Amino acid sequence: MLAFLTQRLLQVIPTLILVSMLIFGLQQLLPGDPALIMAGEERDPAVLEEIRQQYRLNEPIPVQYFYWVKGVLSGNLGESMRLKSSVASLVAEKLPVTLQLAAMAIVIALGIGIPAGIVSAVKKDTAWDYGANIFALWGISTPNFWLGILMIFLFSVTLAWLPASGYVRLGEDWRASLATTIMPAFVLGNAIAAILMRHTRSAMLQAMGADYVRTARAKGLVERRVVLKHALRNAMTPVITLGALEFGTLLSGAVLTEQIFTIPGFGKLIVDAVFNRDYAVVQGVVLVTASTYIALNLLADVAYVLVNPRLRG
Amino acid sequence: MTAVTVAEGAGEAREENPWARAWRRLRRRKGAMVGLAVVVFLVAVAALAPWVAPYDPTATSWSAVRKAPSWAHWMGTDEVGRDVLSRIIWGARASLSAGLVSVGIALGIGVPLGLLAGYAGGWIDGVLSRIVDAMLAVPFLILAIALAAFLGPSLSNAMIAIGVTATPIFVRLTRGQTLAAKVEDYVEAARAVGNPHWRIALRHVLPNIVPPLLVQASLAIAGAIIAEAALSFLGLGQQPPAPSWGSMLNSAQRFLAQAPWMAFWPGFAIFVSVLSFNLLGDGLRDALDPRHK
Repeated sequence: MLAFLTQRLLQVIPTLILVSMLIFGLQQLLPGDPALIMAGEERDPAVLEEIRQQYRLNEPIPVQYFYWVKGVLSGNLGESMRLKSSVASLVAEKLPVTLQLAAMAIVIALGIGIPAGIVSAVKKDTAWDYGANIFALWGISTPNFWLGILMIFLFSVTLAWLPASGYVRLGEDWRASLATTIMPAFVLGNAIAAILMRHTRSAMLQAMGADYVRTARAKGLVERRVVLKHALRNAMTPVITLGALEFGTLLSGAVLTEQIFTIPGFGKLIVDAVFNRDYAVVQGVVLVTASTYIALNLLADVAYVLVNPRLRG
Repeated sequence: MTAVTVAEGAGEAREENPWARAWRRLRRRKGAMVGLAVVVFLVAVAALAPWVAPYDPTATSWSAVRKAPSWAHWMGTDEVGRDVLSRIIWGARASLSAGLVSVGIALGIGVPLGLLAGYAGGWIDGVLSRIVDAMLAVPFLILAIALAAFLGPSLSNAMIAIGVTATPIFVRLTRGQTLAAKVEDYVEAARAVGNPHWRIALRHVLPNIVPPLLVQASLAIAGAIIAEAALSFLGLGQQPPAPSWGSMLNSAQRFLAQAPWMAFWPGFAIFVSVLSFNLLGDGLRDALDPRHK
């Protein structure tokens, strides 16, 4: 187990280095003088020179990269040109908002996706199965920004049940907080529910055909117990680990969902940064996202080995 | 395509062309055929846009601002009096070409690199695989947004951003398939008769890994259409006044209470096109995968 962990951790290092190069390299795509673009409306030569100094734009690219990485490693993700605040503090401020949305989305996704997958597998080739499959196709094919707009039209504009936009912190007023986040969380959870449903269905179909399920049936156990205790428990391992990989879908979805519902989270931070040409924020957010994704991948791998004694070797 | 060797067909008395067999299987799948029919329809509409669109998609009319659907304007009009149906028809061009071009870019870069990594192995494979891991570590849309932001907002830059972002999937898929094909008897045989490596890779390995690539490509087109709509929605794709489904949805958001049709139709168009490519992709996977007989 220790050998596996060490090997897996060692694999992460080159990936992280390449990710950092990729993100730093984005800056090289900017057409023309980066200082001029970063300065935006500002044309004061003194400001331009300050930017050049700050980002060491006069130095060769490998030197710039070295100092950038050095800063990142000591927690300095750069400075927002527009907000005049450190990128790290912006990320720390916005991340809890997105995490709340993400947590709610996951609860919704699990609550819909797993039961739908179980029913679909147990009642294979019946109307239930077709219905669940249609739901999954709908979930995968619906652009979440469209679903968000349709929900605002129905629940905010027409029925006036929920606020169309805005955000209230959970600690401030939990009812208002839930009211502002339930629609975006559903929009985010919908696509993941569809993916979880497909994973659960195929894992359950495989488990239902396994020897231990046949044995459980032969012992005379009621079907409900066979499905929920024997098949489901074994089918859940791949579903949960594959589900962890949907974190990327969640974050990609958050970018658009937060934009539509005007929620001041991580996703809105990157979009606002893009519009304001606040490139240090874009780089910082992408770097934090990628590092979190790599860490989650690692955790999913470790969890998979932990719950599969056969793989521990 | 006659060089294609499929082990599955070896036991059959009369060898049927694998593509004919795949087509026969595909035809049996209703969902896939519906998907294919809609895709053909959408391509035809996009190609014939100048002839089938009832109005000029950029012509404004202050006397027809935010008019509800009627016989004159089947899908209504937008905030400056442009015909929504005409903009949907012209928008199909942006969406479909973004889907096709970006997946073309991803295939054009990803397949040769995947073939190289899988066939050559060693340090080349190591380096390429780590780069692919790094790119896949950044969520798809976030990387596409970051790339599009740095390249500058335009439809062609959005296509490049989506294409580059979709590339690692094709590198990984091609590499895996190449590794599997490399040890097959027909590759061994080709090597034994003295074929050069490039010829083995292109003439013997590549034709045999086309089916999974085709499946992935059709699903990737669906993803690329959503990504282009998302980028245009955020203002990083097709620039106004040129029509695109994503940017139409963006402006519709401000008029939800007064003109909900402005938001309904572009979203529905994205949904239908993505759904049909997904249906086609799922059907192709079943038809081309020997395990799904």
